[in-house]
Amino acid sequence: MSDLIDTVTRIFADQCTDHVRLAAEAGEWPAHLWQAVEDAGLPLALVDSGAQCLGVSVSDAFAIARLSGHHAVPIPLVETMLANWLMARSSLAPAAGPLVVVMDNAKYVPWGRQAGLLVCQDGRLTHLTAGQGAAGQAQIIREGANIAREPRVHLQIATPEFVSTRPASVALPLDLDTLKLQAAAAALRTAQIAGAIDAATAMTIDYVKTRVQFGKPIGKFQAVQQSVAVLAQHAAASAAAADMAADAFANGIDVPTIAAAKTLASEAAGVVTGLTHQLHGAIGFSQAYALHHRTRRLWSWRDEDGSDAYWSAWLGEHLARQGGKQLWPEITLL
Amino acid sequence: MTGYDIAFPPPPPSPAAEALRIEVRAFLAETMRHRTSKERAESWIGVDTAFSRDMGRRGWIGMTWPKAYGGHERSALERYVVVEEMLAAGAPVNAHWIADRQSGPAILKYGTEQQRRDILPRIARGECYFCIGMSEPDSGSDLASARTRAVETADGWRVNGTKLWTSGAHQAHYMILFCKTGGSGDSDRHGGASQFLVDLTLPGISIRPVHALTGEHHFNEVHFTDALLPKDALLGQRGDGWAQVMSELAFERSGPERFLSSFQVFAELVQHAASAPPDRATHMAIGRIAARTAVLRRMSRSVAGMLEAGQDPSLQAALVKDLGNSLEQEIPDIVRAAARGGAHPDLGSDNGLDAALAYTIQHAPSFSLRGGTREILRGIIARGLGLR
Repeated sequence: MSDLIDTVTRIFADQCTDHVRLAAEAGEWPAHLWQAVEDAGLPLALVDSGAQCLGVSVSDAFAIARLSGHHAVPIPLVETMLANWLMARSSLAPAAGPLVVVMDNAKYVPWGRQAGLLVCQDGRLTHLTAGQGAAGQAQIIREGANIAREPRVHLQIATPEFVSTRPASVALPLDLDTLKLQAAAAALRTAQIAGAIDAATAMTIDYVKTRVQFGKPIGKFQAVQQSVAVLAQHAAASAAAADMAADAFANGIDVPTIAAAKTLASEAAGVVTGLTHQLHGAIGFSQAYALHHRTRRLWSWRDEDGSDAYWSAWLGEHLARQGGKQLWPEITLL
Repeated sequence: MTGYDIAFPPPPPSPAAEALRIEVRAFLAETMRHRTSKERAESWIGVDTAFSRDMGRRGWIGMTWPKAYGGHERSALERYVVVEEMLAAGAPVNAHWIADRQSGPAILKYGTEQQRRDILPRIARGECYFCIGMSEPDSGSDLASARTRAVETADGWRVNGTKLWTSGAHQAHYMILFCKTGGSGDSDRHGGASQFLVDLTLPGISIRPVHALTGEHHFNEVHFTDALLPKDALLGQRGDGWAQVMSELAFERSGPERFLSSFQVFAELVQHAASAPPDRATHMAIGRIAARTAVLRRMSRSVAGMLEAGQDPSLQAALVKDLGNSLEQEIPDIVRAAARGGAHPDLGSDNGLDAALAYTIQHAPSFSLRGGTREILRGIIARGLGLR
C-alpha cells in the first residue's frame, strides 16, 4: 500500500505541475501525464480480475483517487478507473487510453471529446473508441467545462436503435443498475473531494504559520486558530466520508452509505473553500497561487455525480420510507 | 508542504459487539415502550435508578473492568455499542453515567486496592453513582485556577471551597473532587492539585440545587465547610491531580453522547415524514442530518478503537466533540425548518416532535459547554496542528 502511494505521489508530483494544470485549462491534453499514469497501470486500479488486473484493493484504488484530487490532476483518471471497472464487470476487455461512462442523458460528460465512451443506455453498454464520435455515432452538441476548466460536454448518441445494433453492446451486469452506477461515480468523486480538501487544508496550515502580520505569524492569533480548527474538522470528516465511500464501493455499491458520504463531502467542500480562501487572504485569490487548483475543483466536484442536495434528498426519502423506529438501525448500517 | 496529520484509522470490526447489539435492542424495545418523546429527549440527563440497576444486572455497566472488581472484561467496542444504543433510544442512563464513563475507570487506574474493591463492584451493579467535582464559581474552562483546597491534618484532609455545575450531586453517592493540596501554586499552575474520593454524606458538605432553563434540578452547588475526609480518600498520588484529570478527558470527549444529544428530535422528524406526503425539503433535512451522524459515528468509533489499542487520541477526541456538538445544536433548527405546519415547541405537548424540540432547544446551549467549551476544544486542535 505505502509503496503504491509513494509511486503514485511521485508520478503526480513530477508530472502534474502548475504549468501542466494551466496548460490543461487552456485546452491542451496532458499527454505526458496521462502516459505516466497509464504506464503505472492506474486506470485499471479497480479491475479486480483478469489479465489486466493491477492487483490492488478497492481501498488502494480509492487512495489513488484521493491523491488525484490532492494533486488536482487534470485528466479523467477516476472516470477511466470507473469505466474500466464497468468494462471488466461486463466481460469487455479494458481498453487503453482515457474512457468515460456516458449515462442516459449524455450531458456534462467529462473529457467527452478526448476520451473513449462507454455508453450506458436502456440497460446496455456500448463501447465507442475515442474519435468515433466524429464518425457520427456520438456528436458533441455543446462544448463546456466546469469551474476548474475540466472539459464537460453534451453529447448526442445517434439513435436508440443504434445501441442495440452495435456488436460491442452487452447487457449491464445483473447486480448493477443506473442508480448504482451513479453511486459508484459519486463514491470516487467523494475520494477526490477529500483529497483536494486535504491539500487545501495543508496549504492553509502552512500559510498561517509563515504569513506574518502585526509582527507575528497570523496563526498565532486566536481568531485565526479557531478558524483553522474548524477547517481541520471538516477535512477530517471528509476523509472519513471518503473511507466510508470506499468501503461502500467494495461492499457491492452500498447506495445509502455513498449517499451519506457524498452529501457530507459536498457540504464540506463549501465550508473548506470558504475558510481556506479567508485564511489565505488576497494571495489565495490570485491565479498565480496554487490554492485555486483545489478550490475551483471543489466548487465543481461538490455538484458533480449528485450534489449534497441530490443525495441528501435521496437518503432522506430512503430513511423516511422506513419510519422513525427504523432510523437508528438504518444509521448503524451506514 | 509540511501539512498536518490527524488520522482516524478505520474502526476495528467487532462481531461480538454486533451480537450484543441485537440483545440490547430487544431489551430497549421492551423497557422503553411507554416512555414519552420528552422523556427520551432527556437523553443522558434522564435519571431512573431502577433502570440503572437493571442494566447492572445485565452486565452493561463497568463492562470493560476486570471481573475481580465486578466488571465483565468485555471490549471497549462492546461497551460502545451498549452506550450508543442507549442514547439512540433515549434511555434514562444518567444515574450511573458518570461512574461508568469516567469515575470507575479513574478508580481502576489510580485507586488503591481497597478503593477498587470497595467501590467498583457497587458501580457495576448500578447501585453507586458519582458526580464530577471540577468546575467552581470562578473556575470554568480555567480549571487550574480552582481554589477549593484540602489541607492535610492528623486525621485526614480538611476541605473548604465550592464546586458549581455539579451534575447529579444530589443523587450521587460520591464525588471525585479536584482541588488544591500544595502551596500557593504561583510557580506551576498545574502543580499542587490532587483528586479525592468524597463520600457526599460526610458532615460539612451541603448540596444546593441550580435549576436549568427548563426548571429541572440537574445541576448543583456543592459547598465544603471544614469537611473532614479520611486519609484514604486521596485518589492517586498527591500532586498528580492535573495529570489524572487530563487523562479522563479523552474518554469524556469522544463518545456517542457528543453527537446524539438531539437524536430524539431527529427521530421524531423522520416519524412525521413517514406518515406525510413526500416532501423534498424534508427529505433533504433528514438526509443531511443522517449523513453527518453517520460520519461522526465512524470517527467516534475510530477513537474508541484507538483508546482500546492504548493510544492517546485526545486531539481526535476534541475534534469529534466539537464537530458533534455543532450537529447536535443545528438539529433543532434544521428540524424546525422542515416541520410540516411549523414547529410549536412545548414541553407539555402531546405532539412528540414539539415536546422533544422544546426540551432540546433549551438544553442545546450546554452541548458546547459541558466537557470542554467549543473555544477550548478549538484551541486544543490548533495546538495539535502546531499553531500554539
